[in-house]
Amino acid sequence: MNFVDYYKILGIDKSATPKDIKNAYRKLARKYHPDLNPNDEGTKKNFQQINEANEVLSDPEKRKKYDQYGKDWEHAEEFEKQKQYQSSGSRATRSSSSHNSEDFSEFFESMFGGSGNGGKSRQTKYRGEDYKAEIHLNLIDAFETHQQTLNVNGNKIRITIPAGIENGQTIKIPGHGGAGINGGPNGDLYIAFSIANHSIFKRLENNLFANIDLDIYKAVLGGEITIDTLNGQVKLKVKPETQNGSKVKLKGKGFPVYKNEGQFGDLLITFNIKIPTHLTEKQKELFTELSKS
Amino acid sequence: MQTNYLVAVNDFCTSHQTEFSFLKSLQQTGLIEITTIEETEFIDTEQLQQLEKFIRFYYELDINLAGIETITYLLQRINKMQDEITALRNRLRLYE
Repeated sequence: MNFVDYYKILGIDKSATPKDIKNAYRKLARKYHPDLNPNDEGTKKNFQQINEANEVLSDPEKRKKYDQYGKDWEHAEEFEKQKQYQSSGSRATRSSSSHNSEDFSEFFESMFGGSGNGGKSRQTKYRGEDYKAEIHLNLIDAFETHQQTLNVNGNKIRITIPAGIENGQTIKIPGHGGAGINGGPNGDLYIAFSIANHSIFKRLENNLFANIDLDIYKAVLGGEITIDTLNGQVKLKVKPETQNGSKVKLKGKGFPVYKNEGQFGDLLITFNIKIPTHLTEKQKELFTELSKS
Repeated sequence: MQTNYLVAVNDFCTSHQTEFSFLKSLQQTGLIEITTIEETEFIDTEQLQQLEKFIRFYYELDINLAGIETITYLLQRINKMQDEITALRNRLRLYE
């Protein structure tokens, strides 16, 4: 655990007045506040440091203690314990807080024993913190509506994942975030879905794309083939003289449309015509004959 | 079916120690909607998160109403662009 220089974090010197501290905090908070930097974990960390520095330096008592011990903060706790013992007070110094303990550094916890705020803030009701989670699925999982149980901060939450969920899509589970502050409502849980690529099927919105190998004889003469889709096999007629790279659309054989039960996108097949290898002499002869015809 | 819940503006202002005039200004700039039922004003709980964000901007970050309006517009653009990036990344996966 390292010493944290709160003055340096706020870019002020030790003689800064409360007004200087407030101004410095506001200036930096406007830059790094999570509300202004959605989904940016880097700035969130910066903001936590700024918040912590402000928490200490804007509170005269905390600032005094911080200034007094400075780099010898490790002894502060011992000293405080002794002081408390001498004054025979066994009052709990931890106060209810509007921040999570994880918002404060180990240094802060060690020096001030709590998770900030020291009761100086307005007793305002605030919504709890929003939680974010990520669920990794494969394409087949996302094809069907299914349930999953999540463990969020020790609480098990059973959620239904609708078929057709997209890679990168986020769903909100209201009220399953952090607990509200001073009786405020709970925050929400945001779940982002990460869907892995499939080896055969590529997805774009509700359509699926696949490359299918086709032998030269079927490509030239036409016929019927059986192909795999995500919900079973289907028979497909191949037109005579099908060209390499030509595409066929199978309507309704694509991906389910999110929250539209019974509706599906299309499956687009691209034919890769395979040239036969290891031809027999007879086959070579026939191809030669064919080329002359 | 989506159920909407309403919170009385007076209750909200008391619990958040916020002036009613601030909410009224937000309404006038179109940042929030206030519903009036039998002379009592309410806000939809769907707007709570956004409203608390505005309160943080105004009281904690000292950003005025014009600033909040601009930030809200820019944040909407950021969100839209992030959605576009996600859609483009998904499109790119076709060629991976």
